[in-house]
Amino acid sequence: MNLLHEAFSWLTTADAWGGSDGLGRAVVDHLSIVAVTFLVSAAVGVPAGVLIGHTGRGRVVGVVLANAARALPTLGLVTLFALGLGIGIVAPVVALTVLAVPPLLAGVYSGIENVDREAVQAARAVGFTQRQVITQVELPLALPVILGGARSAVLQIVATATVAAYVWPHGLGAPILSGLALSDYPRVLGASVVVIVLAVVLDVLLAGLQRLLTPRAMRPARARGRQRARDHAPVADLAPDRVG
Amino acid sequence: MIHWFTHNGGRLGGLLEQHVVLTLWPLAATLVLSIPLGAAAARLRWLRRVLLPLSGVLYTIPSLALFLTLPSLLGTRVLDPVNVVVALSIYGCALMVRTATDAFSQVPATAREAATAIGYGPARRFLTVDLPLAAPVLLAGTRVVAVSTVSLVSVGALIGVGGLGVLFTTGYQRSYPAEVGAGIVTILALALLLDGLLLGVGRLLMPWRRATAPERRSR
Repeated sequence: MNLLHEAFSWLTTADAWGGSDGLGRAVVDHLSIVAVTFLVSAAVGVPAGVLIGHTGRGRVVGVVLANAARALPTLGLVTLFALGLGIGIVAPVVALTVLAVPPLLAGVYSGIENVDREAVQAARAVGFTQRQVITQVELPLALPVILGGARSAVLQIVATATVAAYVWPHGLGAPILSGLALSDYPRVLGASVVVIVLAVVLDVLLAGLQRLLTPRAMRPARARGRQRARDHAPVADLAPDRVG
Repeated sequence: MIHWFTHNGGRLGGLLEQHVVLTLWPLAATLVLSIPLGAAAARLRWLRRVLLPLSGVLYTIPSLALFLTLPSLLGTRVLDPVNVVVALSIYGCALMVRTATDAFSQVPATAREAATAIGYGPARRFLTVDLPLAAPVLLAGTRVVAVSTVSLVSVGALIGVGGLGVLFTTGYQRSYPAEVGAGIVTILALALLLDGLLLGVGRLLMPWRRATAPERRSR
């Protein structure tokens, strides 16, 4: 408990937060790499997921990818890409993207697959084009599930970005690893606490966003009972993956 | 990479053994803790309301941070492998409690009532009715936990607990991609093997599942 006390008193010093190797900068760097990686992953995962979900083809690819990503060791991926692509931000972004695409992809295609087929057929019947079916029917109805996938992707990136500090000494993993090397345990613990808080806060914010953007009719109303809500939750593809 | 394997067989064996040990302890702890918790949570609403959000929060914690926060809570040394075992058990339970709750919730009430009606006590009913009916979902959850634990153990190399993750740190330090690649391949193979073993055990323990497959006609 003494160590925890020391860590918290370290966290209250200006020294811990300021400067180029301070926690303030580390938080900014961490959030930046999360944002960049998320955008890259979305640029890959969303169109691919729409294609699979809309056409119903290539679903096997999505399932295989999701399973493979669960078994892929993050540290191995990060170090391999760093050796291949050199020092800098590109290698960690590529490695994190590889891990973030599968949950995003799974969210998009299973979200679209779970859209009521009658809604899609009704849209076709009143003359919607393919494009309109996707953008005005499938995507809005799939949004809650898509955001669920996005949520696990973000958590995945936040966690793996910490590990990526081994090859890219920025973000909140950097003070953890440098503290370990110097046996400066208050620093290690303090930075660990900050990254935990960051991950939990991000998840709560994303859960709030998910709730906010779910159309009222699709919200699991309490009155209808929990059991029913659980029955309708799209589970299989969205078991959150933890690999980092 | 094949070259690497032929020249590092002995070292690989040692690391593999450490890796397996660091995987099996958390997996065992997860099963022992999650099955009773899930069974209880399936019947008790208040427990569900506590456990499910709690496992959601625990699951969001980045692994490296959890490995390093545990010593201050458990009183262990910072580089003690116990921290990794406890951390991975926490992740395993976070995932498995939810699955186990679902597994036991879907056991038909009629089956349980029938068991009670013919005089089964709670323990016998749990072991011979609830558990077999929940088993397929429990097995699916266990496979997910096993595979993700195998890959998570490798992060432990950053805090010096051994296992195949060591190949990533030494491979990186020596700029030797084949070593990193060998580590990834071995971990994937181990995950696949463990998954296959669990599937096989499931087939042996749940022969009735095969009975539901479409029957082949002999004529």
